[in-house]
Amino acid sequence: MVEKQKTLTSTIVFTFLVMALIVFAFPFFLLIINSFKSNGEILQSPFSLPNSYSFDQFVMAIEKMNFVVTIFNSLIITLLSTVFILLFSGMAAYYIVRVKSKFNNILFAILVASMIIPFQSIMIPLINIYGSKLQWIDSAPIPLLIALNIGFGGSLSVFIFHGFIKSIPFELEEAASIDGSTPKQTFFKIILPILMPTSVTIGILNVMWLWNDYLLPSLILNNEALYTLPIQMKVFNGTYMNNWELLIPAILLTILPILVFYLIGQRMIIEGITQGSVK
Amino acid sequence: MKGKQLGLKKISNQLFFTGPTLIFFSIALLIPFLYGLFLSFTNMTSPISPMELAGLDSYRTAFQDVKFWSSMWLTIKYVAATIVLVNVVGFTLAYLVTSGIKGQNFFRAAFFTPNLIGGLVLGYIWQFIFVQSMPQIGEKLGFEILRLGWLGDEQLAFWAVVIVTIWQSSGYLMIIFIAGIVSVPRDIIEASTIDGVTTMRRLRSIVLPMMVPSFVVTVFLTLKNSFMVYDLNLSLTNGGPFDSTKMVSMHVVQKGLIESNYSVGQAQAIVLFVIVAVITGLQVYFSKKLEVEA
Repeated sequence: MVEKQKTLTSTIVFTFLVMALIVFAFPFFLLIINSFKSNGEILQSPFSLPNSYSFDQFVMAIEKMNFVVTIFNSLIITLLSTVFILLFSGMAAYYIVRVKSKFNNILFAILVASMIIPFQSIMIPLINIYGSKLQWIDSAPIPLLIALNIGFGGSLSVFIFHGFIKSIPFELEEAASIDGSTPKQTFFKIILPILMPTSVTIGILNVMWLWNDYLLPSLILNNEALYTLPIQMKVFNGTYMNNWELLIPAILLTILPILVFYLIGQRMIIEGITQGSVK
Repeated sequence: MKGKQLGLKKISNQLFFTGPTLIFFSIALLIPFLYGLFLSFTNMTSPISPMELAGLDSYRTAFQDVKFWSSMWLTIKYVAATIVLVNVVGFTLAYLVTSGIKGQNFFRAAFFTPNLIGGLVLGYIWQFIFVQSMPQIGEKLGFEILRLGWLGDEQLAFWAVVIVTIWQSSGYLMIIFIAGIVSVPRDIIEASTIDGVTTMRRLRSIVLPMMVPSFVVTVFLTLKNSFMVYDLNLSLTNGGPFDSTKMVSMHVVQKGLIESNYSVGQAQAIVLFVIVAVITGLQVYFSKKLEVEA
Protein backbone atom coordinates (compact mmCIF):
# COMPACT_ATOMS: atom_id res chain seq x y z
CA MET A 1 0.00 0.00 0.00
CA VAL A 2 2.72 2.43 1.05
CA GLU A 3 4.90 1.19 -1.80
CA LYS A 4 2.13 1.84 -4.28
CA GLN A 5 1.67 5.36 -2.98
CA LYS A 6 5.39 5.95 -3.27
CA THR A 7 5.51 4.95 -6.93
CA LEU A 8 2.50 7.15 -7.61
CA THR A 9 4.17 10.17 -6.01
CA SER A 10 7.39 9.61 -7.89
CA THR A 11 5.48 9.25 -11.16
CA ILE A 12 3.81 12.60 -10.53
CA VAL A 13 7.14 14.19 -9.61
CA PHE A 14 8.78 12.71 -12.67
CA THR A 15 6.02 13.96 -14.98
CA PHE A 16 6.22 17.40 -13.47
CA LEU A 17 9.99 17.51 -13.92
CA VAL A 18 9.74 16.42 -17.53
CA MET A 19 7.23 19.20 -18.15
CA ALA A 20 9.52 21.72 -16.50
CA LEU A 21 12.36 20.39 -18.60
CA ILE A 22 10.37 20.98 -21.78
CA VAL A 23 9.71 24.56 -20.72
CA PHE A 24 13.40 25.08 -19.92
CA ALA A 25 14.70 23.46 -23.08
CA PHE A 26 12.13 24.87 -25.48
CA PRO A 27 14.00 28.10 -26.31
CA PHE A 28 17.14 26.13 -27.17
CA PHE A 29 15.12 23.75 -29.31
CA LEU A 30 13.52 26.65 -31.17
CA LEU A 31 16.89 28.28 -31.82
CA ILE A 32 18.40 25.10 -33.18
CA ILE A 33 15.60 24.21 -35.58
CA ASN A 34 15.35 27.76 -36.87
CA SER A 35 19.06 28.21 -37.35
CA PHE A 36 18.89 26.21 -40.57
CA LYS A 37 15.95 28.07 -42.08
CA SER A 38 15.64 31.06 -44.36
CA ASN A 39 13.84 34.20 -43.23
CA GLY A 40 10.72 33.23 -45.13
CA GLU A 41 10.58 29.81 -43.51
CA ILE A 42 11.19 31.25 -40.04
CA LEU A 43 8.36 33.76 -40.34
CA GLN A 44 5.92 31.27 -41.78
CA SER A 45 6.51 28.30 -39.49
CA PRO A 46 8.90 28.78 -36.60
CA PHE A 47 7.92 25.42 -35.08
CA SER A 48 8.41 23.08 -37.99
CA LEU A 49 11.60 21.19 -38.60
CA PRO A 50 13.78 22.71 -41.31
CA ASN A 51 13.28 21.45 -44.88
CA SER A 52 16.98 21.14 -45.43
CA TYR A 53 20.09 21.37 -43.30
CA SER A 54 22.72 23.72 -44.60
CA PHE A 55 25.37 25.60 -42.68
CA ASP A 56 25.48 28.54 -45.09
CA GLN A 57 23.93 30.93 -42.58
CA PHE A 58 26.42 29.87 -39.94
CA VAL A 59 29.31 30.54 -42.30
CA MET A 60 27.86 33.93 -43.13
CA ALA A 61 27.34 34.81 -39.45
CA ILE A 62 30.90 33.74 -38.64
CA GLU A 63 32.20 36.07 -41.32
CA LYS A 64 29.94 39.01 -40.56
CA MET A 65 30.46 39.00 -36.81
CA ASN A 66 34.20 38.52 -37.20
CA PHE A 67 33.77 35.47 -35.01
CA VAL A 68 37.36 34.23 -34.86
CA VAL A 69 38.78 37.57 -33.69
CA THR A 70 35.87 38.16 -31.33
CA ILE A 71 36.09 34.81 -29.58
CA PHE A 72 39.85 35.27 -29.28
CA ASN A 73 39.31 38.63 -27.54
CA SER A 74 36.77 37.09 -25.16
CA LEU A 75 39.15 34.23 -24.38
CA ILE A 76 42.17 36.44 -23.70
CA ILE A 77 40.26 38.84 -21.47
CA THR A 78 38.47 36.09 -19.54
CA LEU A 79 41.55 33.91 -19.04
CA LEU A 80 44.01 36.63 -18.05
CA SER A 81 41.52 38.27 -15.69
CA THR A 82 40.70 34.94 -14.04
CA VAL A 83 44.33 33.88 -13.56
CA PHE A 84 45.27 37.18 -11.93
CA ILE A 85 42.15 37.25 -9.78
CA LEU A 86 42.96 33.77 -8.47
CA LEU A 87 46.62 34.47 -7.77
CA PHE A 88 46.19 37.86 -6.10
CA SER A 89 43.11 37.05 -4.08
CA GLY A 90 44.61 33.74 -2.92
CA MET A 91 47.69 35.61 -1.69
CA ALA A 92 45.67 38.31 0.02
CA ALA A 93 43.29 35.84 1.67
CA TYR A 94 46.21 33.77 2.97
CA TYR A 95 47.87 36.78 4.54
CA ILE A 96 44.62 38.10 6.02
CA VAL A 97 43.88 34.74 7.66
CA ARG A 98 47.39 34.07 8.97
CA VAL A 99 48.46 37.52 10.09
CA LYS A 100 45.96 38.96 12.51
CA SER A 101 46.34 42.72 12.43
CA LYS A 102 44.06 45.70 12.51
CA PHE A 103 45.02 46.60 8.96
CA ASN A 104 44.11 43.15 7.67
CA ASN A 105 40.79 43.15 9.53
CA ILE A 106 39.84 46.50 8.06
CA LEU A 107 40.96 45.45 4.58
CA PHE A 108 38.82 42.34 4.75
CA ALA A 109 35.81 44.26 6.03
CA ILE A 110 36.10 46.81 3.21
CA LEU A 111 36.44 44.10 0.58
CA VAL A 112 33.32 42.31 1.83
CA ALA A 113 31.32 45.52 2.16
CA SER A 114 32.27 46.60 -1.37
CA MET A 115 30.29 43.69 -2.80
CA ILE A 116 27.03 45.62 -2.50
CA ILE A 117 28.24 48.59 -4.57
CA PRO A 118 26.18 48.63 -7.77
CA PHE A 119 28.30 48.95 -10.89
CA GLN A 120 26.19 51.92 -11.96
CA SER A 121 27.45 54.02 -9.09
CA ILE A 122 31.06 53.83 -10.25
CA MET A 123 30.47 53.74 -13.98
CA ILE A 124 30.49 57.49 -14.61
CA PRO A 125 33.65 58.06 -12.50
CA LEU A 126 35.36 55.21 -14.37
CA ILE A 127 34.66 56.84 -17.71
CA ASN A 128 35.70 60.21 -16.40
CA ILE A 129 38.97 59.07 -14.79
CA TYR A 130 40.19 56.49 -17.30
CA GLY A 131 38.55 57.95 -20.39
CA SER A 132 38.95 61.72 -20.27
CA LYS A 133 41.59 62.32 -17.59
CA LEU A 134 44.13 59.52 -18.01
CA GLN A 135 42.96 58.46 -21.49
CA TRP A 136 43.77 54.81 -20.80
CA ILE A 137 40.59 53.83 -22.62
CA ASP A 138 42.28 55.02 -25.80
CA SER A 139 45.87 54.06 -25.08
CA ALA A 140 45.54 50.68 -23.35
CA PRO A 141 41.95 49.39 -23.36
CA ILE A 142 42.67 45.68 -22.86
CA PRO A 143 45.10 46.06 -19.92
CA LEU A 144 42.70 48.58 -18.37
CA LEU A 145 39.74 46.21 -18.71
CA ILE A 146 41.74 43.35 -17.19
CA ALA A 147 42.91 45.55 -14.32
CA LEU A 148 39.32 46.61 -13.59
CA ASN A 149 38.14 43.00 -13.80
CA ILE A 150 40.78 42.01 -11.24
CA GLY A 151 39.53 44.79 -8.98
CA PHE A 152 35.87 43.82 -9.33
CA GLY A 153 36.44 40.07 -9.01
CA GLY A 154 38.83 40.35 -6.09
CA SER A 155 36.34 40.86 -3.28
CA LEU A 156 34.23 37.75 -3.70
CA SER A 157 37.29 35.62 -4.45
CA VAL A 158 39.17 36.81 -1.35
CA PHE A 159 36.00 36.11 0.64
CA ILE A 160 35.69 32.50 -0.55
CA PHE A 161 39.44 31.79 -0.27
CA HIS A 162 39.35 33.27 3.24
CA GLY A 163 36.69 30.79 4.31
CA PHE A 164 38.68 27.90 2.90
CA ILE A 165 42.13 28.86 4.20
CA LYS A 166 40.72 29.16 7.72
CA SER A 167 40.09 25.41 7.62
CA ILE A 168 43.67 24.49 6.66
CA PRO A 169 45.49 23.24 9.79
CA PHE A 170 48.25 25.58 10.88
CA GLU A 171 50.65 22.73 11.82
CA LEU A 172 51.74 22.29 8.20
CA GLU A 173 53.06 25.82 7.96
CA GLU A 174 54.50 25.73 11.44
CA ALA A 175 56.71 22.82 10.54
CA ALA A 176 57.84 24.65 7.42
CA SER A 177 58.62 27.86 9.24
CA ILE A 178 60.71 25.96 11.82
CA ASP A 179 62.67 24.59 8.89
CA GLY A 180 63.43 28.18 7.92
CA SER A 181 60.91 28.71 5.12
CA THR A 182 59.83 32.33 4.58
CA PRO A 183 56.12 33.21 4.28
CA LYS A 184 56.49 33.57 0.51
CA GLN A 185 58.08 30.13 0.16
CA THR A 186 55.45 28.64 2.45
CA PHE A 187 52.67 30.14 0.36
CA PHE A 188 53.95 28.98 -3.02
CA LYS A 189 55.24 25.57 -1.95
CA ILE A 190 52.66 24.46 0.61
CA ILE A 191 49.50 26.57 0.46
CA LEU A 192 49.13 27.11 -3.29
CA PRO A 193 48.90 23.36 -4.08
CA ILE A 194 46.29 22.93 -1.34
CA LEU A 195 44.29 25.83 -2.80
CA MET A 196 44.07 24.24 -6.26
CA PRO A 197 40.61 22.61 -5.93
CA THR A 198 39.13 25.79 -4.42
CA SER A 199 40.79 27.79 -7.18
CA VAL A 200 38.92 25.74 -9.77
CA THR A 201 35.67 26.60 -7.99
CA ILE A 202 36.40 30.29 -7.74
CA GLY A 203 37.82 30.32 -11.27
CA ILE A 204 34.57 28.92 -12.64
CA LEU A 205 32.50 31.55 -10.84
CA ASN A 206 34.70 34.24 -12.34
CA VAL A 207 34.72 32.78 -15.85
CA MET A 208 30.90 32.71 -15.95
CA TRP A 209 30.70 36.36 -15.04
CA LEU A 210 33.61 37.59 -17.18
CA TRP A 211 32.62 35.71 -20.32
CA ASN A 212 29.12 37.21 -20.28
CA ASP A 213 29.98 40.67 -19.00
CA TYR A 214 28.63 43.41 -21.25
CA LEU A 215 28.32 46.88 -19.72
CA LEU A 216 31.90 47.46 -18.55
CA PRO A 217 33.59 46.03 -21.68
CA SER A 218 31.20 47.98 -23.89
CA LEU A 219 32.31 51.22 -22.22
CA ILE A 220 36.01 50.46 -22.62
CA LEU A 221 36.40 48.58 -25.89
CA ASN A 222 35.48 51.14 -28.52
CA ASN A 223 37.48 49.61 -31.33
CA GLU A 224 35.72 46.95 -33.39
CA ALA A 225 38.87 44.82 -33.47
CA LEU A 226 38.72 44.48 -29.68
CA TYR A 227 35.02 43.56 -29.28
CA THR A 228 34.12 40.62 -27.07
CA LEU A 229 31.25 38.24 -27.89
CA PRO A 230 28.48 40.10 -26.00
CA ILE A 231 29.44 43.46 -27.52
CA GLN A 232 29.63 41.95 -30.99
CA MET A 233 26.21 40.36 -30.45
CA LYS A 234 24.73 43.73 -29.52
CA VAL A 235 26.24 45.45 -32.55
CA PHE A 236 25.24 42.57 -34.80
CA ASN A 237 21.66 42.76 -33.57
CA GLY A 238 21.61 46.47 -34.33
CA THR A 239 22.82 45.90 -37.88
CA TYR A 240 20.66 42.91 -38.71
CA MET A 241 17.51 43.82 -36.80
CA ASN A 242 14.84 41.15 -37.36
CA ASN A 243 17.06 39.37 -39.86
CA TRP A 244 16.58 36.13 -37.95
CA GLU A 245 18.27 33.84 -40.48
CA LEU A 246 21.54 35.55 -39.53
CA LEU A 247 20.73 36.45 -35.92
CA ILE A 248 19.86 32.94 -34.77
CA PRO A 249 23.10 31.34 -36.00
CA ALA A 250 24.95 34.27 -34.41
CA ILE A 251 23.19 33.67 -31.08
CA LEU A 252 23.98 29.96 -31.22
CA LEU A 253 27.62 30.65 -32.04
CA THR A 254 27.83 33.06 -29.13
CA ILE A 255 26.44 30.62 -26.56
CA LEU A 256 28.20 27.54 -27.93
CA PRO A 257 31.61 28.04 -26.22
CA ILE A 258 30.14 28.42 -22.74
CA LEU A 259 27.82 25.44 -23.28
CA VAL A 260 30.79 23.29 -24.30
CA PHE A 261 32.64 24.51 -21.22
CA TYR A 262 29.63 23.47 -19.13
CA LEU A 263 29.40 20.07 -20.77
CA ILE A 264 33.03 19.34 -19.96
CA GLY A 265 33.19 20.75 -16.46
CA GLN A 266 29.57 20.29 -15.42
CA ARG A 267 30.27 18.45 -12.17
CA MET A 268 32.84 20.96 -10.99
CA ILE A 269 30.69 23.91 -12.03
CA ILE A 270 27.69 22.78 -10.00
CA GLU A 271 29.96 21.99 -7.06
CA GLY A 272 31.59 25.38 -7.49
CA ILE A 273 28.29 27.26 -7.35
CA THR A 274 27.29 25.34 -4.25
CA GLN A 275 30.50 26.10 -2.39
CA GLY A 276 30.67 29.67 -3.61
CA SER A 277 27.25 30.50 -2.25
CA VAL A 278 27.29 28.60 0.99
CA LYS A 279 30.55 30.04 2.29
CA MET B 1 68.43 46.75 15.05
CA LYS B 2 66.91 43.32 14.84
CA GLY B 3 63.46 44.70 15.68
CA LYS B 4 63.71 47.19 12.85
CA GLN B 5 64.66 44.48 10.38
CA LEU B 6 61.74 42.37 11.50
CA GLY B 7 59.44 45.34 11.01
CA LEU B 8 60.74 45.90 7.49
CA LYS B 9 60.26 42.25 6.67
CA LYS B 10 56.71 42.45 7.91
CA ILE B 11 55.95 45.47 5.73
CA SER B 12 57.51 43.82 2.72
CA ASN B 13 55.41 40.70 3.27
CA GLN B 14 52.28 42.77 3.75
CA LEU B 15 52.94 44.58 0.47
CA PHE B 16 53.77 41.39 -1.37
CA PHE B 17 50.65 39.48 -0.30
CA THR B 18 47.97 42.15 -0.05
CA GLY B 19 49.49 44.86 -2.27
CA PRO B 20 48.17 43.62 -5.63
CA THR B 21 44.62 43.15 -4.36
CA LEU B 22 44.74 46.55 -2.70
CA ILE B 23 46.00 48.27 -5.86
CA PHE B 24 43.45 46.73 -8.22
CA PHE B 25 40.66 47.20 -5.71
CA SER B 26 41.58 50.87 -5.49
CA ILE B 27 41.77 51.31 -9.26
CA ALA B 28 38.44 49.63 -9.93
CA LEU B 29 36.33 50.40 -6.89
CA LEU B 30 37.72 52.54 -4.11
CA ILE B 31 38.96 55.55 -6.06
CA PRO B 32 36.04 55.65 -8.53
CA PHE B 33 33.55 55.30 -5.68
CA LEU B 34 35.05 58.16 -3.65
CA TYR B 35 35.54 60.26 -6.77
CA GLY B 36 31.92 59.55 -7.72
CA LEU B 37 30.77 60.77 -4.34
CA PHE B 38 32.69 63.98 -4.94
CA LEU B 39 31.37 64.24 -8.50
CA SER B 40 27.79 64.18 -7.23
CA PHE B 41 28.43 67.42 -5.33
CA THR B 42 29.63 69.26 -8.45
CA ASN B 43 27.79 70.57 -11.49
CA MET B 44 29.82 68.70 -14.09
CA THR B 45 27.82 67.69 -17.14
CA SER B 46 30.28 66.21 -19.64
CA PRO B 47 33.94 65.27 -19.71
CA ILE B 48 34.97 68.61 -21.19
CA SER B 49 32.83 70.86 -19.03
CA PRO B 50 34.44 72.62 -16.03
CA MET B 51 33.90 71.11 -12.61
CA GLU B 52 32.65 73.38 -9.85
CA LEU B 53 31.37 72.50 -6.45
CA ALA B 54 27.63 72.95 -6.37
CA GLY B 55 26.60 71.57 -3.01
CA LEU B 56 23.38 69.59 -3.18
CA ASP B 57 22.27 70.97 -6.55
CA SER B 58 22.69 67.66 -8.37
CA TYR B 59 20.75 65.83 -5.69
CA ARG B 60 17.98 68.39 -5.88
CA THR B 61 17.74 67.93 -9.66
CA ALA B 62 18.04 64.17 -9.24
CA PHE B 63 15.18 64.05 -6.76
CA GLN B 64 12.98 66.22 -8.96
CA ASP B 65 13.49 63.92 -11.93
CA VAL B 66 10.10 62.23 -12.28
CA LYS B 67 11.46 59.61 -14.65
CA PHE B 68 14.07 58.59 -12.11
CA TRP B 69 11.38 57.81 -9.56
CA SER B 70 9.14 56.02 -12.03
CA SER B 71 12.07 53.82 -13.09
CA MET B 72 12.90 53.23 -9.42
CA TRP B 73 9.32 52.26 -8.61
CA LEU B 74 9.28 49.91 -11.60
CA THR B 75 12.54 48.36 -10.43
CA ILE B 76 11.11 47.81 -6.96
CA LYS B 77 8.09 46.04 -8.48
CA TYR B 78 10.45 43.94 -10.58
CA VAL B 79 12.58 43.13 -7.52
CA ALA B 80 9.50 42.08 -5.54
CA ALA B 81 8.14 39.91 -8.36
CA THR B 82 11.45 38.19 -9.06
CA ILE B 83 12.32 37.59 -5.38
CA VAL B 84 9.06 35.72 -4.87
CA LEU B 85 8.86 33.87 -8.18
CA VAL B 86 12.51 32.94 -8.68
CA ASN B 87 12.72 31.63 -5.12
CA VAL B 88 9.48 29.65 -5.38
CA VAL B 89 10.45 28.08 -8.71
CA GLY B 90 14.03 27.47 -7.57
CA PHE B 91 12.93 25.86 -4.33
CA THR B 92 10.28 23.71 -6.00
CA LEU B 93 12.80 22.42 -8.51
CA ALA B 94 15.35 21.76 -5.76
CA TYR B 95 12.78 19.91 -3.65
CA LEU B 96 11.75 17.72 -6.57
CA VAL B 97 15.25 16.87 -7.77
CA THR B 98 16.29 15.78 -4.28
CA SER B 99 13.38 13.38 -3.86
CA GLY B 100 15.47 10.47 -5.12
CA ILE B 101 13.86 10.42 -8.55
CA LYS B 102 15.52 8.70 -11.50
CA GLY B 103 17.85 10.96 -13.48
CA GLN B 104 17.86 13.74 -10.93
CA ASN B 105 21.42 14.72 -11.76
CA PHE B 106 20.42 15.18 -15.38
CA PHE B 107 17.50 17.39 -14.35
CA ARG B 108 19.74 19.48 -12.12
CA ALA B 109 22.25 20.04 -14.90
CA ALA B 110 19.51 20.92 -17.39
CA PHE B 111 17.73 23.45 -15.16
CA PHE B 112 21.00 25.19 -14.51
CA THR B 113 21.92 25.63 -18.17
CA PRO B 114 20.17 28.99 -18.87
CA ASN B 115 22.31 30.52 -16.17
CA LEU B 116 25.42 30.17 -18.28
CA ILE B 117 24.10 32.55 -20.87
CA GLY B 118 24.60 36.23 -20.26
CA GLY B 119 21.64 38.57 -19.88
CA LEU B 120 22.32 40.30 -23.16
CA VAL B 121 22.19 37.22 -25.39
CA LEU B 122 19.30 35.87 -23.33
CA GLY B 123 17.29 38.93 -24.25
CA TYR B 124 17.80 38.30 -27.96
CA ILE B 125 16.83 34.65 -27.59
CA TRP B 126 13.57 35.58 -25.92
CA GLN B 127 12.89 38.38 -28.35
CA PHE B 128 12.63 35.67 -30.94
CA ILE B 129 10.18 33.79 -28.77
CA PHE B 130 8.01 36.73 -27.81
CA VAL B 131 8.04 38.41 -31.21
CA GLN B 132 8.17 35.53 -33.68
CA SER B 133 6.99 32.37 -31.98
CA MET B 134 4.39 33.05 -29.34
CA PRO B 135 1.94 34.92 -31.59
CA GLN B 136 2.04 31.92 -33.94
CA ILE B 137 1.14 29.48 -31.18
CA GLY B 138 -1.64 31.82 -30.10
CA GLU B 139 -2.94 31.95 -33.64
CA LYS B 140 -2.97 28.17 -34.00
CA LEU B 141 -4.36 27.29 -30.61
CA GLY B 142 -6.65 30.29 -30.33
CA PHE B 143 -5.13 31.62 -27.10
CA GLU B 144 -5.67 35.36 -27.17
CA ILE B 145 -3.02 36.05 -24.53
CA LEU B 146 -0.29 34.43 -26.64
CA ARG B 147 -1.32 36.17 -29.82
CA LEU B 148 -0.58 39.61 -28.46
CA GLY B 149 2.91 40.88 -29.04
CA TRP B 150 4.09 40.87 -25.44
CA LEU B 151 7.00 43.20 -25.98
CA GLY B 152 4.75 45.82 -27.55
CA ASP B 153 2.35 45.95 -24.62
CA GLU B 154 3.25 48.08 -21.59
CA GLN B 155 1.91 45.63 -19.00
CA LEU B 156 2.95 42.41 -20.68
CA ALA B 157 6.45 43.65 -21.52
CA PHE B 158 7.16 43.97 -17.80
CA TRP B 159 6.07 40.39 -17.21
CA ALA B 160 8.15 39.27 -20.17
CA VAL B 161 11.24 40.59 -18.39
CA VAL B 162 10.15 38.82 -15.19
CA ILE B 163 9.56 35.52 -17.00
CA VAL B 164 12.98 35.58 -18.64
CA THR B 165 14.55 36.34 -15.26
CA ILE B 166 12.83 33.28 -13.76
CA TRP B 167 14.02 31.16 -16.66
CA GLN B 168 17.56 32.41 -16.19
CA SER B 169 17.99 32.48 -12.42
CA SER B 170 15.88 29.76 -10.84
CA GLY B 171 18.43 27.08 -11.78
CA TYR B 172 21.10 28.96 -9.89
CA LEU B 173 18.98 29.23 -6.77
CA MET B 174 18.03 25.56 -7.17
CA ILE B 175 21.70 24.61 -6.74
CA ILE B 176 21.91 26.63 -3.52
CA PHE B 177 18.65 25.13 -2.21
CA ILE B 178 19.85 21.61 -3.02
CA ALA B 179 22.86 22.16 -0.77
CA GLY B 180 20.48 23.29 1.98
CA ILE B 181 18.05 20.39 1.57
CA VAL B 182 20.83 17.82 1.51
CA SER B 183 22.17 19.18 4.78
CA VAL B 184 18.89 18.59 6.64
CA PRO B 185 19.80 15.66 8.93
CA ARG B 186 18.46 12.35 7.63
CA ASP B 187 17.43 11.05 11.07
CA ILE B 188 14.98 13.91 11.58
CA ILE B 189 13.33 13.14 8.24
CA GLU B 190 13.23 9.43 9.02
CA ALA B 191 11.82 10.01 12.48
CA SER B 192 9.05 12.15 11.02
CA THR B 193 8.27 9.49 8.41
CA ILE B 194 7.92 6.85 11.10
CA ASP B 195 5.66 9.19 13.07
CA GLY B 196 3.45 9.37 9.98
CA VAL B 197 3.92 13.05 9.22
CA THR B 198 2.56 14.04 5.81
CA THR B 199 4.84 15.35 3.08
CA MET B 200 3.35 18.84 3.20
CA ARG B 201 3.61 19.01 6.95
CA ARG B 202 7.19 17.80 6.86
CA LEU B 203 8.03 20.44 4.32
CA ARG B 204 6.46 23.20 6.37
CA SER B 205 7.57 22.22 9.85
CA ILE B 206 10.96 20.64 9.28
CA VAL B 207 12.53 21.37 5.91
CA LEU B 208 11.60 25.03 5.45
CA PRO B 209 12.70 26.21 8.92
CA MET B 210 16.02 24.45 8.48
CA MET B 211 16.44 26.11 5.09
CA VAL B 212 16.46 29.66 6.44
CA PRO B 213 20.25 30.04 5.93
CA SER B 214 19.81 29.12 2.25
CA PHE B 215 16.99 31.63 1.89
CA VAL B 216 19.17 34.35 3.38
CA VAL B 217 21.65 33.75 0.55
CA THR B 218 19.11 33.36 -2.25
CA VAL B 219 17.02 36.39 -1.29
CA PHE B 220 20.19 38.46 -1.00
CA LEU B 221 21.34 37.33 -4.45
CA THR B 222 18.00 37.98 -6.15
CA LEU B 223 17.65 41.32 -4.41
CA LYS B 224 21.07 42.50 -5.53
CA ASN B 225 20.88 41.13 -9.09
CA SER B 226 17.36 42.42 -9.71
CA PHE B 227 18.14 45.91 -8.48
CA MET B 228 21.05 46.12 -10.88
CA VAL B 229 19.44 44.47 -13.91
CA TYR B 230 20.66 46.08 -17.11
CA ASP B 231 21.81 43.71 -19.87
CA LEU B 232 18.54 41.80 -20.12
CA ASN B 233 16.57 45.03 -19.91
CA LEU B 234 18.63 46.49 -22.75
CA SER B 235 18.42 43.57 -25.13
CA LEU B 236 14.88 42.34 -24.49
CA THR B 237 12.85 45.54 -24.41
CA ASN B 238 15.38 48.39 -24.47
CA GLY B 239 13.12 50.05 -21.92
CA GLY B 240 10.17 50.10 -24.29
CA PRO B 241 7.40 50.40 -25.18
CA PHE B 242 7.32 54.10 -24.18
CA ASP B 243 9.80 53.65 -21.32
CA SER B 244 7.35 51.30 -19.61
CA THR B 245 10.08 48.77 -18.78
CA LYS B 246 12.96 51.14 -18.21
CA MET B 247 14.61 50.05 -14.96
CA VAL B 248 16.68 52.34 -12.81
CA SER B 249 20.09 51.13 -14.05
CA MET B 250 19.15 51.94 -17.59
CA HIS B 251 17.87 55.32 -16.51
CA VAL B 252 21.19 56.12 -14.80
CA VAL B 253 23.19 55.02 -17.84
CA GLN B 254 21.08 57.23 -20.08
CA LYS B 255 21.07 60.20 -17.74
CA GLY B 256 24.79 60.15 -17.08
CA LEU B 257 26.37 58.94 -20.28
CA ILE B 258 23.92 59.39 -23.13
CA GLU B 259 22.25 62.65 -22.09
CA SER B 260 25.66 63.73 -20.81
CA ASN B 261 24.61 64.83 -17.36
CA TYR B 262 27.43 63.45 -15.22
CA SER B 263 26.70 64.98 -11.85
CA VAL B 264 22.96 64.35 -11.87
CA GLY B 265 23.40 60.80 -13.18
CA GLN B 266 26.01 60.22 -10.52
CA ALA B 267 23.77 61.61 -7.77
CA GLN B 268 21.04 59.20 -8.87
CA ALA B 269 23.57 56.35 -8.89
CA ILE B 270 24.51 57.23 -5.30
CA VAL B 271 20.82 57.23 -4.32
CA LEU B 272 20.53 53.79 -5.93
CA PHE B 273 23.56 52.61 -3.95
CA VAL B 274 22.09 53.85 -0.67
CA ILE B 275 18.75 52.17 -1.35
CA VAL B 276 20.40 48.85 -2.27
CA ALA B 277 22.74 49.03 0.73
CA VAL B 278 19.92 49.77 3.18
CA ILE B 279 17.56 47.10 1.83
CA THR B 280 20.19 44.33 1.62
CA GLY B 281 21.52 45.34 5.04
CA LEU B 282 18.05 45.12 6.60
CA GLN B 283 17.37 41.85 4.82
CA VAL B 284 20.53 40.19 6.12
CA TYR B 285 20.03 41.62 9.61
CA PHE B 286 16.44 40.44 9.98
CA SER B 287 16.92 37.07 8.38
CA LYS B 288 19.92 36.36 10.60
CA LYS B 289 17.62 37.00 13.55
CA LEU B 290 15.08 34.59 12.10
CA GLU B 291 17.84 32.04 11.71
CA VAL B 292 18.65 32.11 15.42
CA GLU B 293 15.04 31.65 16.40
CA ALA B 294 14.31 28.87 13.95
